[in-house]
Amino acid sequence: MTTPPQAEPAATPPAGADKGREKSPRKSFGTILRESFLEGNTFTVTVLALVTATVLGGILCAFTNSTVLHAPTAGATISRAWDVASGTYVALFEGSVFNPHTIAALFQQASLSTAVHDGYLAAVFQPLSETAVQATPLILTGLAVALPYRAGLFNIGGQGQFIGGAIMAAWLGYDVHLPIVVHVVVCVIGGFVGGAVVGWFTGEIKARTGAHEVIVTIMLNYVMQYFLAYLLSSQSLLQASGSPYPITPSIASNAHLPLLFGSNLRINVGFLIALACAFGVWWLLNRTTTGFEFRSVGANASAARVAGMNVERSWVLVFLIGGGLAGLAGSAVIQGTDFTLNPQSYGTYGIDAITVALLGLGRPGGVVAAGLLFGALHAGSPGMQTITSTPVQIVQVLQALIVLFVAAPPLIRAIFRLRAARAGGVGSTMSKGWNA
Amino acid sequence: MELELRGITKRFGPLVANDGISLSVAPGQVHALLGENGAGKTTLMNVLYGLMRPDEGEIVIDGKPASFDSPKDAIAAGIGMVHQHFMLVPVFTVAENVTLGIEQADRVGLLDRRRTRREVADLSHRYGLDVDPDALVEDLPVGLQQRVEIVKALVRQANVLILDEPTAVLTPAETEELFRIIRQLRDGGTSVIFISHKLREVQAIADTITVLRRGAVVGQREPSATAEDLASLMVGRNVQLRVNKEPATPGKPVLRVSDLTVRGDDGRTWVDGLSFDVRAGEILGIAGVQGNGQTELCEALMGLRPAASGAVTLNDRDLTRATPRARLRAGIAYVPEDRTEDGLVGSFSVAENLVLDMYDRKPFASGVNLNLSAIAKNADARISEFDVRTGSSATVAGTLSGGNQQKVILARELGREHKVLIASQPTRGLDVGSIEFVHRRIVDQRDHGVAVIIVSSELDEIYALADRIAVMYEGKITGFRDPSVHAAELGRLMAGGADVVTEGDADVPDVAPVPGAATMLGAAAVPEAAGAEPAPPEASETPGATASQEET
Repeated sequence: MTTPPQAEPAATPPAGADKGREKSPRKSFGTILRESFLEGNTFTVTVLALVTATVLGGILCAFTNSTVLHAPTAGATISRAWDVASGTYVALFEGSVFNPHTIAALFQQASLSTAVHDGYLAAVFQPLSETAVQATPLILTGLAVALPYRAGLFNIGGQGQFIGGAIMAAWLGYDVHLPIVVHVVVCVIGGFVGGAVVGWFTGEIKARTGAHEVIVTIMLNYVMQYFLAYLLSSQSLLQASGSPYPITPSIASNAHLPLLFGSNLRINVGFLIALACAFGVWWLLNRTTTGFEFRSVGANASAARVAGMNVERSWVLVFLIGGGLAGLAGSAVIQGTDFTLNPQSYGTYGIDAITVALLGLGRPGGVVAAGLLFGALHAGSPGMQTITSTPVQIVQVLQALIVLFVAAPPLIRAIFRLRAARAGGVGSTMSKGWNA
Repeated sequence: MELELRGITKRFGPLVANDGISLSVAPGQVHALLGENGAGKTTLMNVLYGLMRPDEGEIVIDGKPASFDSPKDAIAAGIGMVHQHFMLVPVFTVAENVTLGIEQADRVGLLDRRRTRREVADLSHRYGLDVDPDALVEDLPVGLQQRVEIVKALVRQANVLILDEPTAVLTPAETEELFRIIRQLRDGGTSVIFISHKLREVQAIADTITVLRRGAVVGQREPSATAEDLASLMVGRNVQLRVNKEPATPGKPVLRVSDLTVRGDDGRTWVDGLSFDVRAGEILGIAGVQGNGQTELCEALMGLRPAASGAVTLNDRDLTRATPRARLRAGIAYVPEDRTEDGLVGSFSVAENLVLDMYDRKPFASGVNLNLSAIAKNADARISEFDVRTGSSATVAGTLSGGNQQKVILARELGREHKVLIASQPTRGLDVGSIEFVHRRIVDQRDHGVAVIIVSSELDEIYALADRIAVMYEGKITGFRDPSVHAAELGRLMAGGADVVTEGDADVPDVAPVPGAATMLGAAAVPEAAGAEPAPPEASETPGATASQEET
């Protein structure tokens, strides 16, 4: 790391540079590994961003903790700080992935059948189930951002589209009576349509008037937010009769998304829908003519136009599908976990989605990974708070740090003295795109 | 200042970009670096300007070795560089741009704008640069922006000025202006390193020519060296500078444009009631100084810009309101003027770019599914047919050289069934080898009965390819001429001179222009042309078509 970074022309493919290194006999395998790491590609930067955020988050946890701050000696400060920081992350891990105590409890049971019956087996998988449940809407809304992004558009409207889907899913869920499988399917499709209509509206305005989609989607978020509040304000609309609160009636049990592993675990079909959608988006982008159009329009709209593509049609279509995906997130929350719709249902999914898409580098697989990571943070944070008395907000701080570092590749490169890779990652492209 | 490079070597992995290059630049000398794209010219200059460190060799200034870690060091040593792509802040004034990075404060600590303005005005006056310090850079034409870059270097006391492909973005008239400035700088004692791959420009401006090929110096020549000599040094073999072609055997008109009017986004009329036919098996060359509506004409022909009035028909099929896709499918092949912006998706692979307008047709698609193996197979076939130098069909198109990018576009467009080929500035920025290839392909198309339109602001290209020349000026065709026409006559028409020879009968090519009349008109028109500055002045000195064909 002491040698000054070698400037390389942007056009030189990294592969060629690697070959050159392999030829040189002086360099060990370790050197090669280190240097390929130092290339500073987007993947490396993303991983390092996560590491940096984790370390900084740990330091923050430790030095906001009163036992650490009131330590008698410097040595005690350091050891207590370590205890708090590691304890925080252990608690986070136990709440989101795997808790060894549950295994111990499982093996104390007399037989496997009682273990299963009393929920001890389920307890082992409970953290993972929670992570999946939390990740489901994040993955779906993340895809709703990532897909239009590949077509060169920013979907900040995840929230409005989510609300559109949630309204449809909730209304179809309680007001319509259908047989068991059919009802679920109708509600899920309704959720997609509800989001798609909101998304389509954005695309149509952009295509017809040239209005910037960021403005349109942000404004539509407000429109949908107040539209929901209006619907929930009157019992002649969506408000549950006899309820003093702005909340819909519970949806019929026929409309619940089926649980995957019995009644002790909340993980449900919604998670599978999210994974299927991720695969679907990948297939759409990489294997279909429509996806080819989306990618062309996103990468170079004027070349796409010259090649005979209908750029405006692509905008409308990609926003329609993206909105539908966010709508599915709404349906997954209503039909999978909440079963009623209230003015808090949409949470912060619309904004978290941007984070997830950004961290996932705009690729479907990446969105799934990022969605699971953030799902894990959400799932683990309550336990973290009870065990180490770290405030839940630290999870938000962690998220913010991750985004900060992912969105600023030059910062990570400066910290780790990486060479500037070409392009500079999705973060810089995203920020560049704001001017487009 | 005496500048010397000794044995500069720069490697990128296995690629040797500069291989022991030595050259010296005397004070007040214009030293041209001539070489094809990828010969290592820009790398060498990046080394000299402190953007890269050489692996071997040294830079010697006035007998003392110098070492540059950054452009800052190079600037301090008196080296200035004008990049191919300008480094200017569009919303700042000329003076603000010039002072950027070396802002001078007055006693109170405020920006000393007056001093900067005065300096800019002084320099501008001394070298006849004619730039207004208060003009906003975004309002200036490219040629003036380039001068701002030159002023920037001069304000920083540059003794050696590096100009990287300075004429690539200029019109012929602007190029001539630049040459005047370079001569003035040279006479004032500034050394100029002029990087180019254009033979004629190098011959016109250089005092010494160093030719680079594949990263090494292959020869030094005086500007009096013949174009053939320089070209063969550059490419390492004897290049045919003239396109061998049989006389055209035009068939029936294929593409008919009648009374076409096109307006720009600002409502300005760019194409003004234009009418012409292109026949099967002929090349119509549309000449003219850039910015006289050629771009808008092409866009209108492709449906990228609506026609305000008039009609475009292809074999009697009305295409006036057709979408770009409908026109492509109707059989128009299109090579756009700006290949990176309109021709290619830079981040896509070569294979994907080769099906950019065919991806949804068989065999590349079945239903909504892309047929990736058919796309790859097509790519391999096209790559070998058009000799595209690329690592593989999966290589990202944006990393290819300009010539290879153009080959990808040609391969795609000519791979489709087509009756018309419209190529705008088909060889701009290409090296000699690629130009030769592209020209041969275009003539090939003509010989196969395709109706070809070539839009070019390079007279040499027009002369090399066209069977019939139309000259565009301010959205109108000022005249149709035979390729045997005197360059001065074309220059006159490019400046908006009246169409004396073929008045009232624009659609019929005048097969035999009266030589005497043309010469007389040309001679008479020279002052007029010079006043309006639209024609390349050397065109009026060139005794005929043959001589000016050589640079192609």
